[in-house]
Amino acid sequence: MSRQRDDYENSWWRKFKGWVDGEVDLLAEGMEIRAPQMQEEGKTDKPSAPLLPSGTAENPLRETQPTDGQLPKIAEERRGIRWLRRFYQVMSVFLCLSIIFVLLWTVAYLPAFGNAGNPDNNEVSARYIERGVQETGAINIVTGMILDYRAFDTFGESCVLFIASCCVLVLLRIDITESGGRAGKRLAESNDRLFEPKDDVILQKCACILVPLILVFGIYIVLNGHLSPGGGFSGGAVLGSGLIFYLNAFGFRKTERFFTEKVYRRITLCALTFYCLAKSYSFFTGANHLKSGIPLGTPGAIISSGLILPLNICVGLVVACTMYAFYALFRKGGM
Amino acid sequence: MRLFEMILLLSLVVCAVSVAFTRDLLTSIVIFMSYSLIMCVIWVLLQSPDLAITEAAVGAGVTSILFFLTLKKIRAIRKEDQDEQAKG
Repeated sequence: MSRQRDDYENSWWRKFKGWVDGEVDLLAEGMEIRAPQMQEEGKTDKPSAPLLPSGTAENPLRETQPTDGQLPKIAEERRGIRWLRRFYQVMSVFLCLSIIFVLLWTVAYLPAFGNAGNPDNNEVSARYIERGVQETGAINIVTGMILDYRAFDTFGESCVLFIASCCVLVLLRIDITESGGRAGKRLAESNDRLFEPKDDVILQKCACILVPLILVFGIYIVLNGHLSPGGGFSGGAVLGSGLIFYLNAFGFRKTERFFTEKVYRRITLCALTFYCLAKSYSFFTGANHLKSGIPLGTPGAIISSGLILPLNICVGLVVACTMYAFYALFRKGGM
Repeated sequence: MRLFEMILLLSLVVCAVSVAFTRDLLTSIVIFMSYSLIMCVIWVLLQSPDLAITEAAVGAGVTSILFFLTLKKIRAIRKEDQDEQAKG
Protein backbone atom coordinates (compact mmCIF):
# COMPACT_ATOMS: atom_id res chain seq x y z
CA MET A 1 0.00 0.00 0.00
CA SER A 2 2.45 2.57 -1.11
CA ARG A 3 1.10 5.99 -1.60
CA GLN A 4 2.86 8.21 -4.05
CA ARG A 5 3.95 11.39 -2.46
CA ASP A 6 3.54 14.62 -4.33
CA ASP A 7 5.41 16.76 -1.86
CA TYR A 8 8.73 14.97 -2.09
CA GLU A 9 10.53 18.29 -2.07
CA ASN A 10 9.03 19.08 1.31
CA SER A 11 9.50 15.65 2.81
CA TRP A 12 11.51 15.16 5.94
CA TRP A 13 14.10 12.94 4.29
CA ARG A 14 14.61 15.38 1.43
CA LYS A 15 15.22 18.21 3.87
CA PHE A 16 17.64 16.08 5.87
CA LYS A 17 19.53 15.08 2.74
CA GLY A 18 19.71 18.68 1.63
CA TRP A 19 21.05 19.68 5.01
CA VAL A 20 23.74 16.99 4.94
CA ASP A 21 24.75 17.88 1.40
CA GLY A 22 24.87 21.57 2.22
CA GLU A 23 22.18 22.60 -0.26
CA VAL A 24 20.13 24.32 2.40
CA ASP A 25 21.78 27.26 4.11
CA LEU A 26 20.32 27.41 7.56
CA LEU A 27 21.84 30.81 8.18
CA ALA A 28 20.60 32.29 4.92
CA GLU A 29 18.18 34.69 6.49
CA GLY A 30 19.79 35.09 9.86
CA MET A 31 23.43 35.73 10.48
CA GLU A 32 25.49 36.31 7.40
CA ILE A 33 29.21 36.83 7.36
CA ARG A 34 30.41 38.80 4.39
CA ALA A 35 33.95 39.44 3.38
CA PRO A 36 34.95 43.07 3.84
CA GLN A 37 34.78 45.23 0.75
CA MET A 38 37.83 45.78 -1.36
CA GLN A 39 40.22 48.48 -0.31
CA GLU A 40 40.22 50.25 -3.68
CA GLU A 41 36.48 50.59 -3.52
CA GLY A 42 36.63 51.85 0.03
CA LYS A 43 39.17 54.52 -0.79
CA THR A 44 37.15 56.34 -3.41
CA ASP A 45 34.06 56.80 -1.36
CA LYS A 46 35.83 57.91 1.76
CA PRO A 47 34.65 61.46 2.31
CA SER A 48 37.08 62.42 5.03
CA ALA A 49 40.22 61.89 2.92
CA PRO A 50 40.73 64.90 0.67
CA LEU A 51 41.89 63.96 -2.81
CA LEU A 52 44.92 65.72 -4.12
CA PRO A 53 44.31 67.55 -7.37
CA SER A 54 47.76 66.80 -8.79
CA GLY A 55 46.65 63.47 -10.18
CA THR A 56 48.65 61.29 -7.80
CA ALA A 57 45.49 60.18 -6.11
CA GLU A 58 46.37 56.51 -5.98
CA ASN A 59 47.06 56.56 -2.31
CA PRO A 60 45.44 59.66 -0.87
CA LEU A 61 45.80 58.59 2.72
CA ARG A 62 49.55 58.58 2.66
CA GLU A 63 50.02 61.73 0.64
CA THR A 64 47.57 63.86 2.52
CA GLN A 65 49.35 66.59 4.41
CA PRO A 66 47.88 67.04 7.84
CA THR A 67 46.35 70.43 8.35
CA ASP A 68 47.30 72.60 11.29
CA GLY A 69 44.40 71.48 13.38
CA GLN A 70 45.31 67.80 12.98
CA LEU A 71 48.98 68.02 13.96
CA PRO A 72 48.73 68.04 17.76
CA LYS A 73 46.07 65.40 17.56
CA ILE A 74 48.38 63.07 15.61
CA ALA A 75 51.24 63.69 18.03
CA GLU A 76 48.96 62.89 20.90
CA GLU A 77 47.85 59.69 19.21
CA ARG A 78 51.46 58.65 18.62
CA ARG A 79 52.33 59.27 22.23
CA GLY A 80 49.35 57.17 23.26
CA ILE A 81 50.40 54.34 20.98
CA ARG A 82 53.94 54.41 22.34
CA TRP A 83 52.65 54.35 25.89
CA LEU A 84 50.30 51.49 25.05
CA ARG A 85 53.10 49.49 23.50
CA ARG A 86 55.28 49.87 26.58
CA PHE A 87 52.29 48.92 28.72
CA TYR A 88 51.82 45.78 26.65
CA GLN A 89 55.47 44.79 27.07
CA VAL A 90 55.41 45.28 30.83
CA MET A 91 52.12 43.45 31.15
CA SER A 92 53.25 40.51 29.03
CA VAL A 93 56.37 40.04 31.15
CA PHE A 94 54.29 40.36 34.30
CA LEU A 95 51.70 37.86 33.05
CA CYS A 96 54.40 35.38 32.02
CA LEU A 97 56.13 35.60 35.39
CA SER A 98 52.89 35.25 37.32
CA ILE A 99 51.87 32.16 35.32
CA ILE A 100 55.29 30.61 35.93
CA PHE A 101 54.95 31.39 39.62
CA VAL A 102 51.46 29.89 39.87
CA LEU A 103 52.46 26.72 38.01
CA LEU A 104 55.56 26.20 40.14
CA TRP A 105 53.52 26.87 43.26
CA THR A 106 51.11 24.13 42.20
CA VAL A 107 53.93 21.71 41.41
CA ALA A 108 55.32 22.25 44.91
CA TYR A 109 52.10 20.87 46.36
CA LEU A 110 52.06 17.72 44.23
CA PRO A 111 52.89 14.47 46.03
CA ALA A 112 56.22 12.82 45.31
CA PHE A 113 56.48 10.76 42.15
CA GLY A 114 56.09 7.00 42.63
CA ASN A 115 54.84 7.22 46.18
CA ALA A 116 52.56 4.28 47.02
CA GLY A 117 50.15 6.47 48.96
CA ASN A 118 49.48 8.81 46.05
CA PRO A 119 45.86 9.47 45.15
CA ASP A 120 46.32 7.98 41.67
CA ASN A 121 47.07 4.59 43.23
CA ASN A 122 43.46 3.81 44.07
CA GLU A 123 40.94 1.07 43.44
CA VAL A 124 39.89 2.40 40.01
CA SER A 125 43.14 1.53 38.24
CA ALA A 126 43.36 -1.76 40.11
CA ARG A 127 39.86 -2.63 38.93
CA TYR A 128 40.71 -1.68 35.33
CA ILE A 129 43.80 -3.88 35.38
CA GLU A 130 42.18 -6.84 37.12
CA ARG A 131 38.81 -7.03 35.40
CA GLY A 132 39.33 -4.99 32.24
CA VAL A 133 39.67 -7.95 29.89
CA GLN A 134 36.74 -9.72 31.46
CA GLU A 135 34.43 -6.72 31.36
CA THR A 136 35.35 -5.10 28.05
CA GLY A 137 36.80 -8.03 26.13
CA ALA A 138 39.70 -5.95 24.86
CA ILE A 139 43.24 -7.25 25.21
CA ASN A 140 44.63 -3.73 24.81
CA ILE A 141 43.74 -2.27 28.18
CA VAL A 142 44.13 1.32 26.96
CA THR A 143 41.47 0.84 24.29
CA GLY A 144 39.30 -0.94 26.82
CA MET A 145 39.51 2.13 29.00
CA ILE A 146 39.07 4.89 26.45
CA LEU A 147 36.38 3.19 24.38
CA ASP A 148 34.43 1.33 27.02
CA TYR A 149 34.79 2.72 30.52
CA ARG A 150 35.39 6.27 29.34
CA ALA A 151 33.85 6.23 25.89
CA PHE A 152 32.00 9.47 26.47
CA ASP A 153 35.31 11.30 26.81
CA THR A 154 36.42 9.88 23.47
CA PHE A 155 33.12 10.95 21.94
CA GLY A 156 33.81 14.48 23.15
CA GLU A 157 37.28 14.33 21.62
CA SER A 158 35.92 13.25 18.23
CA CYS A 159 33.38 16.06 18.39
CA VAL A 160 36.13 18.54 19.22
CA LEU A 161 38.02 17.42 16.13
CA PHE A 162 34.89 17.80 14.02
CA ILE A 163 34.19 21.26 15.45
CA ALA A 164 37.79 22.28 14.80
CA SER A 165 37.50 21.25 11.15
CA CYS A 166 34.21 23.18 10.92
CA CYS A 167 35.94 26.29 12.28
CA VAL A 168 38.75 25.92 9.76
CA LEU A 169 36.10 25.53 7.07
CA VAL A 170 34.39 28.74 8.17
CA LEU A 171 37.64 30.67 8.33
CA LEU A 172 39.39 29.44 5.23
CA ARG A 173 36.69 28.53 2.75
CA ILE A 174 36.54 30.66 -0.35
CA ASP A 175 33.17 31.77 -1.61
CA ILE A 176 33.14 30.91 -5.30
CA THR A 177 29.81 32.58 -5.92
CA GLU A 178 31.20 35.95 -4.88
CA SER A 179 30.57 38.46 -7.62
CA GLY A 180 33.19 40.45 -9.45
CA GLY A 181 36.61 39.69 -10.81
CA ARG A 182 38.15 39.84 -7.39
CA ALA A 183 36.79 36.43 -6.41
CA GLY A 184 38.40 34.81 -9.41
CA LYS A 185 41.70 36.49 -8.67
CA ARG A 186 41.59 35.49 -5.04
CA LEU A 187 40.62 31.96 -6.01
CA ALA A 188 43.52 31.64 -8.41
CA GLU A 189 45.89 33.08 -5.83
CA SER A 190 44.85 30.74 -3.09
CA ASN A 191 44.35 27.78 -5.34
CA ASP A 192 47.96 26.79 -5.63
CA ARG A 193 47.17 23.93 -7.89
CA LEU A 194 48.47 26.23 -10.57
CA PHE A 195 51.84 26.66 -8.91
CA GLU A 196 52.50 23.15 -7.73
CA PRO A 197 55.06 21.10 -9.58
CA LYS A 198 53.12 18.79 -11.80
CA ASP A 199 53.97 15.14 -12.28
CA ASP A 200 57.00 14.92 -10.06
CA VAL A 201 58.32 11.50 -11.08
CA ILE A 202 60.27 10.77 -7.90
CA LEU A 203 57.36 11.72 -5.68
CA GLN A 204 54.89 9.72 -7.74
CA LYS A 205 57.02 6.58 -7.78
CA CYS A 206 57.57 6.83 -4.03
CA ALA A 207 53.86 7.36 -3.55
CA CYS A 208 53.04 4.32 -5.69
CA ILE A 209 55.03 2.16 -3.31
CA LEU A 210 54.38 3.89 0.01
CA VAL A 211 50.75 5.04 -0.10
CA PRO A 212 49.23 1.51 -0.19
CA LEU A 213 51.53 0.44 2.63
CA ILE A 214 50.64 3.48 4.74
CA LEU A 215 46.92 3.04 4.13
CA VAL A 216 47.02 -0.69 4.90
CA PHE A 217 49.03 0.00 8.04
CA GLY A 218 46.49 2.61 9.11
CA ILE A 219 43.58 0.23 8.53
CA TYR A 220 45.47 -2.44 10.46
CA ILE A 221 45.96 -0.09 13.41
CA VAL A 222 42.27 0.86 13.39
CA LEU A 223 40.96 -2.70 13.12
CA ASN A 224 43.41 -4.10 15.65
CA GLY A 225 42.81 -1.33 18.14
CA HIS A 226 41.43 -3.68 20.76
CA LEU A 227 44.20 -6.26 20.34
CA SER A 228 47.43 -4.35 19.82
CA PRO A 229 48.72 -0.85 20.56
CA GLY A 230 46.96 1.83 18.57
CA GLY A 231 43.33 2.47 17.97
CA GLY A 232 41.05 4.86 16.22
CA PHE A 233 42.99 8.05 16.71
CA SER A 234 46.45 6.74 15.78
CA GLY A 235 45.15 4.75 12.85
CA GLY A 236 43.07 7.65 11.63
CA ALA A 237 46.06 9.96 11.81
CA VAL A 238 48.13 7.48 9.78
CA LEU A 239 45.31 7.16 7.23
CA GLY A 240 45.03 10.94 6.96
CA SER A 241 48.77 11.30 6.46
CA GLY A 242 48.65 8.68 3.71
CA LEU A 243 45.84 10.55 1.99
CA ILE A 244 47.78 13.82 2.22
CA PHE A 245 50.81 12.13 0.70
CA TYR A 246 48.69 10.78 -2.13
CA LEU A 247 47.23 14.23 -2.70
CA ASN A 248 50.69 15.78 -2.81
CA ALA A 249 51.95 13.28 -5.33
CA PHE A 250 49.02 13.16 -7.72
CA GLY A 251 47.19 16.43 -7.18
CA PHE A 252 43.62 17.31 -6.44
CA ARG A 253 42.22 15.90 -9.64
CA LYS A 254 42.83 12.31 -8.51
CA THR A 255 41.60 12.71 -4.96
CA GLU A 256 38.50 14.63 -5.96
CA ARG A 257 37.24 11.50 -7.63
CA PHE A 258 36.62 9.81 -4.32
CA PHE A 259 36.90 12.47 -1.65
CA THR A 260 34.76 15.56 -1.97
CA GLU A 261 33.12 17.77 0.58
CA LYS A 262 29.95 15.74 0.25
CA VAL A 263 31.77 12.53 1.07
CA TYR A 264 33.45 14.24 4.01
CA ARG A 265 30.14 15.44 5.39
CA ARG A 266 28.48 12.07 5.00
CA ILE A 267 31.31 10.08 6.55
CA THR A 268 31.70 12.34 9.58
CA LEU A 269 27.96 12.63 10.13
CA CYS A 270 27.45 8.86 9.91
CA ALA A 271 30.42 8.08 12.14
CA LEU A 272 29.55 10.60 14.83
CA THR A 273 25.86 9.67 14.81
CA PHE A 274 26.67 5.97 15.04
CA TYR A 275 29.10 6.63 17.87
CA CYS A 276 26.54 8.71 19.74
CA LEU A 277 23.72 6.19 19.31
CA ALA A 278 25.85 3.13 20.05
CA LYS A 279 27.42 4.66 23.10
CA SER A 280 24.22 6.02 24.52
CA TYR A 281 22.66 2.59 23.97
CA SER A 282 25.40 0.80 25.81
CA PHE A 283 25.56 3.58 28.38
CA PHE A 284 21.90 3.31 29.26
CA THR A 285 21.71 -0.46 29.10
CA GLY A 286 25.18 -1.43 30.28
CA ALA A 287 25.19 0.88 33.28
CA ASN A 288 23.27 0.34 36.49
CA HIS A 289 23.71 -3.44 36.31
CA LEU A 290 21.50 -3.79 33.23
CA LYS A 291 22.55 -6.26 30.57
CA SER A 292 23.75 -4.57 27.40
CA GLY A 293 23.01 -7.65 25.29
CA ILE A 294 26.09 -7.24 23.11
CA PRO A 295 28.25 -10.38 23.16
CA LEU A 296 31.86 -9.73 24.05
CA GLY A 297 33.27 -12.76 22.21
CA THR A 298 36.54 -14.44 22.96
CA PRO A 299 39.24 -11.98 23.95
CA GLY A 300 41.97 -11.98 21.33
CA ALA A 301 39.76 -12.64 18.31
CA ILE A 302 39.43 -9.89 15.75
CA ILE A 303 35.66 -9.74 16.14
CA SER A 304 35.33 -9.45 19.85
CA SER A 305 34.91 -6.97 22.66
CA GLY A 306 31.46 -5.85 21.61
CA LEU A 307 31.19 -2.26 20.52
CA ILE A 308 34.87 -1.36 20.67
CA LEU A 309 35.69 -2.41 17.10
CA PRO A 310 32.93 -0.38 15.39
CA LEU A 311 33.65 2.57 17.66
CA ASN A 312 37.33 2.36 16.70
CA ILE A 313 36.36 2.41 13.03
CA CYS A 314 34.15 5.47 13.62
CA VAL A 315 36.88 7.40 15.42
CA GLY A 316 39.40 6.40 12.75
CA LEU A 317 37.13 7.65 9.96
CA VAL A 318 36.48 10.96 11.70
CA VAL A 319 40.16 11.55 12.40
CA ALA A 320 41.30 10.59 8.89
CA CYS A 321 38.68 12.82 7.28
CA THR A 322 39.54 15.71 9.57
CA MET A 323 43.28 15.48 8.85
CA TYR A 324 42.67 15.41 5.13
CA ALA A 325 40.12 18.23 5.36
CA PHE A 326 42.57 20.42 7.29
CA TYR A 327 45.18 19.94 4.61
CA ALA A 328 42.79 20.52 1.72
CA LEU A 329 41.34 23.63 3.34
CA PHE A 330 44.78 25.08 4.01
CA ARG A 331 45.83 24.34 0.45
CA LYS A 332 42.98 25.70 -1.59
CA GLY A 333 40.19 26.70 0.75
CA GLY A 334 37.85 23.87 -0.11
CA MET A 335 37.68 20.18 -0.56
CA MET B 1 70.31 2.23 27.32
CA ARG B 2 70.61 4.79 30.07
CA LEU B 3 73.10 6.73 27.96
CA PHE B 4 70.80 6.57 24.92
CA GLU B 5 67.92 7.94 26.95
CA MET B 6 70.06 10.76 28.27
CA ILE B 7 71.24 11.66 24.78
CA LEU B 8 67.63 11.69 23.59
CA LEU B 9 66.45 13.89 26.45
CA LEU B 10 69.38 16.26 25.97
CA SER B 11 68.67 16.64 22.27
CA LEU B 12 65.00 17.18 23.13
CA VAL B 13 65.96 20.15 25.28
CA VAL B 14 68.34 21.44 22.63
CA CYS B 15 65.62 21.18 19.97
CA ALA B 16 63.04 22.89 22.16
CA VAL B 17 65.34 25.81 22.90
CA SER B 18 66.62 26.19 19.37
CA VAL B 19 63.08 26.31 17.93
CA ALA B 20 62.54 29.51 19.84
CA PHE B 21 65.88 31.03 18.92
CA THR B 22 66.00 30.25 15.22
CA ARG B 23 65.43 33.27 13.01
CA ASP B 24 64.42 31.37 9.90
CA LEU B 25 60.86 30.09 10.24
CA LEU B 26 61.43 27.19 7.86
CA THR B 27 64.39 25.97 9.89
CA SER B 28 62.46 26.25 13.12
CA ILE B 29 59.68 24.07 11.70
CA VAL B 30 62.19 21.43 10.64
CA ILE B 31 63.66 21.51 14.14
CA PHE B 32 60.13 21.20 15.54
CA MET B 33 59.65 18.14 13.36
CA SER B 34 62.83 16.57 14.69
CA TYR B 35 61.61 17.36 18.21
CA SER B 36 58.51 15.29 17.47
CA LEU B 37 60.58 12.43 16.11
CA ILE B 38 62.80 12.36 19.21
CA MET B 39 59.65 12.45 21.34
CA CYS B 40 58.33 9.51 19.31
CA VAL B 41 61.44 7.42 20.11
CA ILE B 42 61.10 8.39 23.76
CA TRP B 43 57.48 7.20 23.78
CA VAL B 44 58.64 3.83 22.41
CA LEU B 45 61.27 3.62 25.15
CA LEU B 46 58.61 4.44 27.73
CA GLN B 47 56.61 1.45 26.41
CA SER B 48 53.69 3.33 24.93
CA PRO B 49 53.81 2.47 21.23
CA ASP B 50 50.31 3.82 20.52
CA LEU B 51 51.39 7.29 21.58
CA ALA B 52 54.51 6.87 19.45
CA ILE B 53 52.39 6.16 16.37
CA THR B 54 50.21 9.18 17.03
CA GLU B 55 53.19 11.41 17.69
CA ALA B 56 54.88 10.33 14.46
CA ALA B 57 51.73 10.82 12.40
CA VAL B 58 50.39 14.01 13.96
CA GLY B 59 53.39 15.75 15.48
CA ALA B 60 55.98 15.08 12.82
CA GLY B 61 53.63 14.69 9.89
CA VAL B 62 50.39 16.62 9.77
CA THR B 63 51.26 19.52 12.07
CA SER B 64 54.50 20.33 10.27
CA ILE B 65 52.81 20.11 6.90
CA LEU B 66 50.13 22.53 8.07
CA PHE B 67 52.88 24.86 9.31
CA PHE B 68 54.62 24.67 5.94
CA LEU B 69 51.38 25.48 4.18
CA THR B 70 50.74 28.43 6.45
CA LEU B 71 54.23 29.77 5.82
CA LYS B 72 53.63 29.44 2.12
CA LYS B 73 50.30 31.25 2.38
CA ILE B 74 51.72 34.16 4.32
CA ARG B 75 54.79 34.12 2.06
CA ALA B 76 57.26 33.68 4.85
CA ILE B 77 59.31 31.08 3.00
CA ARG B 78 62.09 33.03 1.39
CA LYS B 79 62.55 30.83 -1.67
CA GLU B 80 58.92 31.28 -2.61
CA ASP B 81 59.32 35.05 -2.44
CA GLN B 82 62.30 35.00 -4.75
CA ASP B 83 60.49 32.79 -7.22
CA GLU B 84 57.52 35.07 -7.27
CA GLN B 85 59.64 38.16 -7.68
CA ALA B 86 61.45 36.55 -10.57
CA LYS B 87 58.11 35.70 -12.11
CA GLY B 88 56.38 39.02 -11.72
